[in-house]
Amino acid sequence: MSEAAPMESAAQSFRHVVRLEKVEMTFGKVQALSNVDFAVGRNEIVGLLGDNGAGKSTLIKIVSGVLRPTAGNVWVRDRPQDPDQYSVRKAHDLRIETVHQGQTLGEKQPLWRNLFVGRQITGRFGFIDVKKEKEIADQLLRRAIGFRGHGITADSTVLDLSGGERQGIAIARAMYFEADLIVLDEPTTALAVSEVRKVLAFVEGVKAGGRACIYIEHNLAHVHEVADRLVILDRGRVVGQFAKGEISLADLTARMIALHEGRTHAGA
Amino acid sequence: MPVPESARKRFLETEGLPIIAVLLALVIVFMIAAPDVFLGYRIYMSFLATVPPLLVLAAALTLLIAAGEIDLSFPSVIALSGWVLAYFTHVLGSPWFGLLLALVAGGLVGWMNGILVARIGVPSIIATLATQFLWGGLTTVFSQGLSYSLGEVDQYLLWQLLVGRIGPFPVQALWSLAVAGVLWLVLNRHRFGEHLLFIGDNARVAEVVGVNVEREKIRAFMLMGVLAAFASVLLTFENRSFFNTQGGGYLLEVMAAVFIGGTSVFGGRASLVGTVAGSFIIGMVEAGLVATGLQGFWVRAVVGVVFLAAVIGHIVIEEPERRSAFVRALRARYDFVRKSSPGGGSRERRGAR
Ligand SMILES: Nc1ncnc2c1ncn2[C@@H]1O[C@H](COP(=O)(O)OP(=O)(O)OP(=O)(O)O)[C@@H](O)[C@H]1O
Ligand SMILES: [Mg+2]
Repeated sequence: MSEAAPMESAAQSFRHVVRLEKVEMTFGKVQALSNVDFAVGRNEIVGLLGDNGAGKSTLIKIVSGVLRPTAGNVWVRDRPQDPDQYSVRKAHDLRIETVHQGQTLGEKQPLWRNLFVGRQITGRFGFIDVKKEKEIADQLLRRAIGFRGHGITADSTVLDLSGGERQGIAIARAMYFEADLIVLDEPTTALAVSEVRKVLAFVEGVKAGGRACIYIEHNLAHVHEVADRLVILDRGRVVGQFAKGEISLADLTARMIALHEGRTHAGA
Repeated sequence: MPVPESARKRFLETEGLPIIAVLLALVIVFMIAAPDVFLGYRIYMSFLATVPPLLVLAAALTLLIAAGEIDLSFPSVIALSGWVLAYFTHVLGSPWFGLLLALVAGGLVGWMNGILVARIGVPSIIATLATQFLWGGLTTVFSQGLSYSLGEVDQYLLWQLLVGRIGPFPVQALWSLAVAGVLWLVLNRHRFGEHLLFIGDNARVAEVVGVNVEREKIRAFMLMGVLAAFASVLLTFENRSFFNTQGGGYLLEVMAAVFIGGTSVFGGRASLVGTVAGSFIIGMVEAGLVATGLQGFWVRAVVGVVFLAAVIGHIVIEEPERRSAFVRALRARYDFVRKSSPGGGSRERRGAR
């Protein structure tokens, strides 16, 4: 955990934990995001919706410092971020945690390395405190994730784990580093129903704990259930926003289907 | 009393164990086949004098391969840095400057490789193949194709420190083992090494967990360059001469040493203990086979067999999934043969087509 973080979050006077202003993102000829304004309140769960390729993952990668936007600004806790300085590391220091879509663990590496890579507990000269990292990893596996009795230890490699267990590790990693903003990009893929409930309960816990979350999932019912606000992306643009209760699940579903069909008919 | 399962497992998981066993087995075979040579200490002192450059190169390459990259240009660094060492020691009259400049030259070659690979995006096998030609060619130009004899070089303190003898014991063995030891710590206990492992495992994952992939790759190539230069210094000093072709034989031997040692060609997994053992196996097999009276052309073939045996051994011990798949496949084949033997399975066989 970073040194700067506690001080920053002690100043609870910010309005938006993160805000994107007129963000553009292009990959060669592909315009993944155009003129996106997007904000997440201090204690808000924002559900991000959109078809495949709408730009959801691109958006959250900008939030988490993986991608640098082609244009536009990123604000964290109402402070503008220097695009040259903003990185995954910086986002971690600013207490933004992300569970990315798809593979987020080094498969051949042991779990303890996966939990701490990128922000190792180090002693002098950058050498890792292996004993401490393993200790914390073992505690985490037993308490937070409940891997008791599965024969999974800090030394197990990711290859030994099932898809759901891997997702559990990725989420536990984000939980451990107690962020102000937790970004979840399709965290329930590969999870059994009971595990999905756990993830949704976790999001509700984030809300109850006074923190914020960006939640991406294709199951509209789940997003509708947990989100305080829904933001709909289509072909890189924000095309709709709804506060909780403003739109019923049935209407939301109809709207997403219409978007999808409009898109296929447009031939895009 | 039976050995507890966990203790057995831990023993089998000791880093580099299978390959250390192969190394010891080889020594024993040689002791039996050529007792006059291998029961004396001289042959071992000779290995300890000749293996260090190979070992330093293989240890450095292990880190690069762990990161999923390769360097084919180190033979040109062995030539280039050897020339820099010889030339500037002569011109400036101090081997210390020669050493320093040789290391700088290696670092620059590595830096250039790193920029080509990590920043411009040229696959490392292509980028370093190109720079191998570039620096190899330039070294021949610089040296005007000449070899230098460094007859008086053993008068220098630096020579004594790097490749001198303590009694019969060659000092460079200590240096090379120290390099391997430090690199073990870097790979297994340092942030940088962990980053390399994750980059080799999956660069996209490394990126999203906050590893600066570009910077770490450039560093890894520079480390390779500097250590290749150090290997060159050991070699040039030990030989007391510089040849512009002196790197030529190392490329395949170094790669063989790394892979015999059990490092994964796919990145993300690497064993420096294995590399040390692999280097000694490579260094020893040739000299050893010659000592047993085997004809020269057989030697390479035997190296190939040892290489294959070691690599298969690693798969058997470290990848039980693959081993069991192999056994299953064998068994299925056996069943198939039995079923399709006369009387039983002609119909089944037709059905399977
Ligand atoms: N690194 C990249 N290089 C080139 N194009 C990219 C890259 N990343 C994303 N894109 C493109 O940007 C667009 C948006 O992709 P993005 O991954 O953000 O979609 P998404 O909304 O997350 O979709 P999904 O629901 O399928 O995950 C797509 O057209 C995609 O092909
Ligand atoms: Mg996505």
